[in-house]
Amino acid sequence: MYSQGLIGADGQTHEDAAFLAAFQARIDAEQKIEPNDPMPEGYRKTLVRQISQHAHSEIIGMQPEGNWISRAPSLRRKAALLAKVQDEGGHGLYLYSAAETLGVSREEMTEQLLSGAAKYSSIFNYPALTWADIGAIGWLVDGAAIMNQIVLCRCSYGPYARAMIRICKEESFHQRQGYEIMIALCNGSREQKELAQDALNRFWWPSLMMFGPPEGDSVHSNQSMIWKIKRFSNDDLRDKFINASVPQAEKLGLTIPDSDLKWNEAKQGYDHGEIDWDEFWRVVKGDGICNRERLKNRRRVDRDGAWVREAAMAHAQKRADRMASARIAAE
Amino acid sequence: MSEAAMPLWEVFIRARNGLSHKHAGSIHAADAEMALHAARDVYTRRGEGQSIWVVRSSDIVASDPVDKDMMFEPTASKIYRHPTFYEIPDDVGNM
Repeated sequence: MYSQGLIGADGQTHEDAAFLAAFQARIDAEQKIEPNDPMPEGYRKTLVRQISQHAHSEIIGMQPEGNWISRAPSLRRKAALLAKVQDEGGHGLYLYSAAETLGVSREEMTEQLLSGAAKYSSIFNYPALTWADIGAIGWLVDGAAIMNQIVLCRCSYGPYARAMIRICKEESFHQRQGYEIMIALCNGSREQKELAQDALNRFWWPSLMMFGPPEGDSVHSNQSMIWKIKRFSNDDLRDKFINASVPQAEKLGLTIPDSDLKWNEAKQGYDHGEIDWDEFWRVVKGDGICNRERLKNRRRVDRDGAWVREAAMAHAQKRADRMASARIAAE
Repeated sequence: MSEAAMPLWEVFIRARNGLSHKHAGSIHAADAEMALHAARDVYTRRGEGQSIWVVRSSDIVASDPVDKDMMFEPTASKIYRHPTFYEIPDDVGNM
């Protein structure tokens, strides 16, 4: 899944003009920047922030769906959901490794997440209340994520782009499994179809917010575009997502909860109603429905796993010591 | 957090028989055996591999990007290392 845009980055950079120009020339020539290459401090910081936010989103994103694994309606659905949640964990790990190549440690990033200092995508602070939500999350949330991530495969920073390629390959199953759940519900009883509509109603607007605020408000978007960390504006990607999703909703016989949504012949795309950015910022700043619960769970898991990590390190040390003393004895 | 940092390992995967191992990413683990298990879980969930290598990241010796020109530029001028440098009449056929 995906972290929206970039929240609160400081893209400032202090290098001299010649250095910045040489760096920009490499970017403009579509050269990939690799871990040990010289890079402006602002570029490095922006990437650390974006990649770690993205990684945190994958890790926190396991919670709303993990909540439904034991209650999936069939073995087929359960196996698929389990595999999907496992993928999200894997994606978090690919991304943490990509961020680590920029000189930030895994421990630092974990600490920032647990302390609440780091942000993650606001979408994961909404609860998955019914089984239909699992369908809507796969269809819309993963659908929005894919829109964002496909363009990140061409990001100027090599390790991030490579991680995104792996992630995109794995993620198309996520959206398909979600849409399949929606199809089954929409072909089912009246109550099942109502569940599907209710899930769409609750997840539509938060999914649109995943692309981040319009460029005018997104201070660092412009510099990110110049550095080719991102390639399209938040609004462009959001429009693309809406244009793809509306026919999919029609196919399901569901209604998108936006009375202002209408086809615009001139731009060959849909115009949409106003997005509630106050809600977005409220959720980002910690006041969403599930913010506290998500972090509480994450902290508990980290605490409960501490003894396992400690034991693994002690075991590794013991074996290393034993091998060392055997070698000394043999000499 | 006052925990000791878990060592970092680089993961290389042989995708198919006959291909060489290729860098896939990295992983944190306490020792080599656990690194192999973690690499398998994280990097081969869809049959991507036939074989995995893990190497401690700190054991890798890498060239410095600053030296790139000094290291690799000279080969660009040695065009006589390429077969197209040599002139052979067409009627000799494929060589």
